[in-house]
Amino acid sequence: MLIAATLAILVVMFLAFIRGYIGPTFYDRILAVNMFGTKTVLFICLLGFVMGRPEFLDIAMVYALINFISVIAILRYSGSFDERRPPGNRKSIGRDV
Amino acid sequence: MDVIISSIGGLFLLLGGIIAIIGGIGVLRFPDFYTRMHAAGVGDTLVTGLILVGLILQMPEWLVVIKLIIILFMTLFINPTSSHALTKTAFQNGLLPVLHKKEEANKGDAGPSTR
Amino acid sequence: MKHTIHLSLALALFWLFNSGHTGLLMLSLAAGSIIFVVYIAHKMDVVDHESTPVHLTFKLPGYYAWLIKEVILANITVLKHIWLGNESISPTLSRIDISQTTVLAKVIYANSITLTPGTISVGIEGNRILVHALLQDSIEDLKKGEMDRRVTRLEN
Repeated sequence: MLIAATLAILVVMFLAFIRGYIGPTFYDRILAVNMFGTKTVLFICLLGFVMGRPEFLDIAMVYALINFISVIAILRYSGSFDERRPPGNRKSIGRDV
Repeated sequence: MDVIISSIGGLFLLLGGIIAIIGGIGVLRFPDFYTRMHAAGVGDTLVTGLILVGLILQMPEWLVVIKLIIILFMTLFINPTSSHALTKTAFQNGLLPVLHKKEEANKGDAGPSTR
Repeated sequence: MKHTIHLSLALALFWLFNSGHTGLLMLSLAAGSIIFVVYIAHKMDVVDHESTPVHLTFKLPGYYAWLIKEVILANITVLKHIWLGNESISPTLSRIDISQTTVLAKVIYANSITLTPGTISVGIEGNRILVHALLQDSIEDLKKGEMDRRVTRLEN
């Protein structure tokens, strides 16, 4: 069962990789990165149990935090990646009427 | 008794794996970014819960159980935060969602897509 | 002062569960690191009722038990619609009124909405919250206000 779940997580990581490759927008790629990261946390946990070394859980914990911080950091600097609308129009989006 | 509990844990792991694959298919299949976020949310909540509970039911020593619980709580609090940040950034930078046809016809409630 | 003590206790428990060592050297290192972290938290001015919500300790477990049930039901719905395909979904963007007054309760509500698959909170504007949903039915469920009432019960 452990090995089956590990293989399933590997398949999902591959699916997330495909989504990151075909895009089409910048945010789809970040979504793929985020999904890949959460699945990596689960993968490390499962791998620790498969190999009989639960110390891997510490690495999984640190990886969860790094994944969160990296996604937030990329988003912080993503304002200039806007290709779909002219900059003057952007302010009206997301504001209240 | 031990065998029963750990095989229930195995069942949880298997179910988690299957649901993870369905969620991954959803991420590939849905039409736009915002709907893909929902499919990714399945993987973030239910799959993480099922797999970590399944690992807890394998009955490791108590320190490992507590670490698994910490990872579970951390994931349940962190993942909504990063999905919210991602959605909000995409929305503020002008990525428009694909909305349902009936919703586009009566332009009442939905905000920015109607203007 | 109360929040400082609670923060130190929480950090000490977290350290103990992560290491599992009880030697004298390790315990003194732990004490040093906890004092350092609490000092930094004071410098950042984040030690208050929002960062360490001790007044919610006995209310949160009941709320999250209810939330987990909701999350599982919502998950089953989303999984069904992944199989049914793109024709069966009706993506909706809508504003929902919220009745919470404190910032902490608003954040808990928005976090719960995002945690439930099928609905994502896009932003909070004053007393309204902008929600993107996979199905129109989930918006209708949110507008009935079951979750809203439960979060409001948390804050007082």
